[in-house]
Amino acid sequence: MSSFPQAVYDIFTSNSTYINAALFGGLLAFAATGEWVAERAGTLNISVEAMLLAGAFTSAVGYDLTDSVVVALVAGILGGMLVAAIQAEMSHRLSADQFVVGLTLNILIFGLTGFLDREIDPATKTAARWTVPILNKVPLIGKALFSQPWPFYLLYVLIPLSWWLVYRTRWGLELRASGENPQSADVSGIDVNRRRRQAVYYAGLTSGLGGAFLIFVQVGRFDDSIVGGRGFIAIAAVIFGGWTLRGTILGCVVFAAALSFRLSIQGLGYQVNSELLQALPFLVTILGMALFAHRVRPPAALARPFVRGLR
Amino acid sequence: MSIATTKVAPTSKTWRRIRIGEWLLLYALSIFGALLIAGTLVEATGGDWLPVLSALLDGSVRRPGRWGETLGVAGPLLLVALGTVVSSKAGLVNIGQEGQLLFGAAVATYFSFLIGGPGPLNVVLILLFGAIGGAAWAGIAAGLLYWRGVPEVLSTLLLVTVSTQTVAYGMRWEWLLLAPQSSRGNRNQVSEQLASNNRLPRPEIFGNEFPLTVYIGLVLALLLAFGLGRTVWGLRLRLLGHNPRAAKRCGVSEKTFGVGALMISGGFAGLAGGAMLAGGGFSFGNYQFMSGFSDNIGWTGLLVALVARERVLLAVPIAFVFACLRTGSSFVGSTGVEGRITDVIQGLLVLALLIPPAVMLLRNIRRAKAAATVRV
Repeated sequence: MSSFPQAVYDIFTSNSTYINAALFGGLLAFAATGEWVAERAGTLNISVEAMLLAGAFTSAVGYDLTDSVVVALVAGILGGMLVAAIQAEMSHRLSADQFVVGLTLNILIFGLTGFLDREIDPATKTAARWTVPILNKVPLIGKALFSQPWPFYLLYVLIPLSWWLVYRTRWGLELRASGENPQSADVSGIDVNRRRRQAVYYAGLTSGLGGAFLIFVQVGRFDDSIVGGRGFIAIAAVIFGGWTLRGTILGCVVFAAALSFRLSIQGLGYQVNSELLQALPFLVTILGMALFAHRVRPPAALARPFVRGLR
Repeated sequence: MSIATTKVAPTSKTWRRIRIGEWLLLYALSIFGALLIAGTLVEATGGDWLPVLSALLDGSVRRPGRWGETLGVAGPLLLVALGTVVSSKAGLVNIGQEGQLLFGAAVATYFSFLIGGPGPLNVVLILLFGAIGGAAWAGIAAGLLYWRGVPEVLSTLLLVTVSTQTVAYGMRWEWLLLAPQSSRGNRNQVSEQLASNNRLPRPEIFGNEFPLTVYIGLVLALLLAFGLGRTVWGLRLRLLGHNPRAAKRCGVSEKTFGVGALMISGGFAGLAGGAMLAGGGFSFGNYQFMSGFSDNIGWTGLLVALVARERVLLAVPIAFVFACLRTGSSFVGSTGVEGRITDVIQGLLVLALLIPPAVMLLRNIRRAKAAATVRV
């Protein structure tokens, strides 16, 4: 076994580290972007895990039926939105507790996709690889970011689009108002629960895409353990990023690096405690919150239901 | 307003009867809806719903010895749910029971073999250390909440994975949890087995046997119902949950009660873990600790508490129903339908049970508003 600096050098120069990080980070970014929008509107959307899983499953079924990745992506979006519909309508129309709904959905969708997977067993494969000409020659990160199966590139549209929607449109302003001060927003004529529902639907859309990403870019076939708690890491990324989009994406990168180190460390034959590496994203988030929770401010009405006339 | 309308306005007694009827109707409708969806799902995938239902009942209560198994599962579920009720009464959202249960069970395993006292004493110690382990794990979240301002919803959730990994680390070393090479198979990552005098007794009743956990759960449920409803401690806890500012004015320390409530909640989960280890039975391994030991009992127990909506005694029957789904699922496989359908039924049921209270809340608000307009 070689020295520690040598190991660090090896990891940071191996191409697979960056490619794996891009794959993990891509999934996290899809989920976390939508989660960020939902949280800015005031929903701590725990069901993102279920949205990813449902999106992955429906996109796999969509591909199995039509052999078209585009249709599969649409099917993935629909799957994510279906979960979002239950979450949104139950917690922001009926004002049921959003954590209860989210947790239940996670368990329900895990059971449902597992059940249907045995019955249907959709056949899938990864999508065609597109390589961006010049940019993929950039050392280290070029291959990881610019030579991927094509659904990966949707991220380059989705992230700026989400930023623009939330910070530069009237809809985004109303959405943020619903997350910060629903009472005032309500008085000024904003339908708070409607905005919150829309935000959750948006999270369903991006997470559904994330599920499809999991099938067509990263893994290639459906399995009920395909998501494996990474929805929770996406939530952690939003918190880690202090509820800004920049910070959220940074969180995705950091956690993706932690996840990919685990693979490349083992691939290069180094011995590091794998349990520690698996727990790392969660430990980093907890530590980050412990250090910065006083400084970053969550949306003031995060996870508080809004019912007009109550409180 | 004319006199005629005031005449037909129902009295409060009639109102109450209408209310109760409304509640029952709503609950019946939503449960029926959930079962209808599940049934449709079974039919759509080429199964038959009647044999599935029959297998569920066979596996959970009808076959000889099965309701004992079901009670054995219901015990830990109830314990987890009781703890959850305590923390939610104090206005805290603990959703990390799965991790607290696992860590509690691991601590119980470690100390039971470290101390190895005489049989009965050791059983008590297992339960005690289980509770301490779970409380300590929840204590991390409590500490982070009150000294660093980290929301407990997130920290308890994130700590579940950390707990799983911590325990997995412990399972790698013989000086921590792993059994010595001689007493386990080559690749089996399990702890040593509890000696027969270190296990919770499983008395037999009407041909069914189940561990003492069930009685412990019932006694604790009664104690907790009394404690929360009829003591100063319970009043203070509820006060904190309803209005922290008012609680502070009344001299209820947010820190003491909040930390206490979270740790009690974790302690109950850990106790459930210890009881699963010492009680053995259907799905809880063979008096051995292993990775994946918690086996979703923490999550399901949380669901039980959420469905019971902070009512302690209501958690008892709900824990039993959820345990039925779990023990019944192993029989469903024989009908040719995948046993995972019970997870689906469980999820649908919880969602369905969430609907009536939410609908009633909205209706009550609407009614109050209507009443207010009439008065003006």
